[in-house]
Amino acid sequence: MSAQPDIMGDAGAPWDAADALPRAEDAGGARVDHLVVLGLVPPGARVLDIGCGDGTLLALLRDRRGVDGRGIELSREGVNACLARGLSVIQGDADTDLANYPDGAFDVVVLSQTIQATRNPRIVLEHLLRIGRQVIISFPNFGHWRVRAELAFRGRMPVTAMLPEAWYETQNIHHCTIRDFVGLCRVVGARIEKATALDARGHPMRFSMPWWVWNLIGAQGVFLLRRE
Amino acid sequence: MDTTPETCLDSRTDPAARLRETGREPSQALDPKSPVARFGTDRPLPMDSGVMLAPFQVAYQTAGTLNADRSNAVLICHALTGDQHFAHTHPVTGKPGWWETLVGPGKPVDTDRFFVVCSNVIGSCMGSTGPASLNPDTNRPYGLDFPLVTIRDMVRAQAMLLDHLGIGELLLCIGGSMGGMQVLQWAALYPERVFAAMPIATGARHSAQNIAFHEVGRQAIMADPAWADGRYLEAGTRPSKGLGVARMGAHITYLSEAALHRKFGRRFQAGSAPTFSFNADFQIESYLRHQGLSFVERFDANAYLYLTRAMDYFDLAEDHGGVLANAFRGTRTRFCVMSFTSDWLFPTADSRAIVHALNAASAPVAFVEVESDKGHDAFLLDEPAMFSAAKGFIDAAARARGL
Repeated sequence: MSAQPDIMGDAGAPWDAADALPRAEDAGGARVDHLVVLGLVPPGARVLDIGCGDGTLLALLRDRRGVDGRGIELSREGVNACLARGLSVIQGDADTDLANYPDGAFDVVVLSQTIQATRNPRIVLEHLLRIGRQVIISFPNFGHWRVRAELAFRGRMPVTAMLPEAWYETQNIHHCTIRDFVGLCRVVGARIEKATALDARGHPMRFSMPWWVWNLIGAQGVFLLRRE
Repeated sequence: MDTTPETCLDSRTDPAARLRETGREPSQALDPKSPVARFGTDRPLPMDSGVMLAPFQVAYQTAGTLNADRSNAVLICHALTGDQHFAHTHPVTGKPGWWETLVGPGKPVDTDRFFVVCSNVIGSCMGSTGPASLNPDTNRPYGLDFPLVTIRDMVRAQAMLLDHLGIGELLLCIGGSMGGMQVLQWAALYPERVFAAMPIATGARHSAQNIAFHEVGRQAIMADPAWADGRYLEAGTRPSKGLGVARMGAHITYLSEAALHRKFGRRFQAGSAPTFSFNADFQIESYLRHQGLSFVERFDANAYLYLTRAMDYFDLAEDHGGVLANAFRGTRTRFCVMSFTSDWLFPTADSRAIVHALNAASAPVAFVEVESDKGHDAFLLDEPAMFSAAKGFIDAAARARGL
């Protein structure tokens, strides 16, 4: 636990702004949050992208990092788009299909903006740590100031750029804050190797600051985890 | 149908004499025109039963042109009652090829770009050696003396055909149902010869329920006195009743409750009231009877026994120490597994079991479950979602092979 950034500790403890994070000008048309993941994946790694959508991130990782990429995607449209890109993607569900993957099958498992939509985030996270040697996970931060403001001042469930759907339509059933997520990491025995927050446009915040600031102004959290 | 000389196998024709006169053996009676690769006693087919089958022959059809690198070959594996006429008018029924929905110029399996081969499986009755063929030891049709056939035997024979055609590696091996079993067996037996594999609506083993349905069909054939203990070719009879009933039962398993309801419901064949008889009052009865009648014109009863048995015996995990993943260990073949939501003969769970094994073996695998209410036969029908997924997968495989 000593190697873990002390982000649950005193207000003064800073988060690392990860060195490998890309600058916006390197984007070359790619989404900045994808470039954040790109910066965390070693070349040639075996990568599983869960909830891979149309395969944009997997294709980026394959083309720029030479990874051996696989994906899981719920929608048939997404799977078809992946097939057309030559990606090996399985139509499936993070809640039910992860149990079938063997231990340590992948170097890196990526779960992007999906954990809050799973029925059992704790079990999903435990599977991720079991299947991958490293886990990259990102999620919308429910502690963001806009979310808090919506609740505090308007008394309504927030609808923001990160969380654009009304409460009765959203797939997101298990919201958490960055601080909540750090708590879950402790519960399941995940070591946090890197952590950062992205702003509402998906750009990494490139300065160190106390954790509570990140929990307040970060629109999403991005964590690089490893089983303890 | 027994009056048509071309399709008639009656006692007045000595099969051996017929072979001498025409150069065609009895299994070619229904389809004398398909090209045939003949393998003599120097090149026997080693079968799982321990028999070395010789001589034997494989009838096939092709479409498209093999390129100079021989890198654009596609093997289509047909289903239980299918044949080599995937994209050609059927010689008996006159119907279009059974997979013209998927295969043809500009289709996902594009015959403008690929050289497509499909052979009649060993044990069948459209020109490849099977129970209707002459047993060289007796000069009579084999009947039940033909050795039991396995999916692996079919695949070995196909590999010998590809050798004969000068094809080393397949760009793609694709098939549905029993054809999908052959695709899986190809990938397990000759992984270095299969660049991409597409098993559709299939399973790595035949379920108890599926074996049960097959057994009902076989017993229907054997209960027909005209079957004559499998010697009907010599007896000059045809077990059309038994084979027809077998087909009627099997055909139900290829559809779905929803599809039957949509197509037929409880509608009456004529008028709107029952006739208080056992005539085919309901449209569904009439439809099934038609399916049975038309099937016996183009299929051999003994071949049906052998091929259903081959599917029953198929258990790819059992062949690899009980662990399906072991069948694919170290493979470099890229897979696209496909199932249909309403298929209860080979339900999605069967496809998922294949996908899990391929994952455990670290094989590159894609999986698509196509939404369809058409049941198992959906893979033969117009299913745009299947076509778009197949096109994406096949085009990407072709790109990766530099085509």
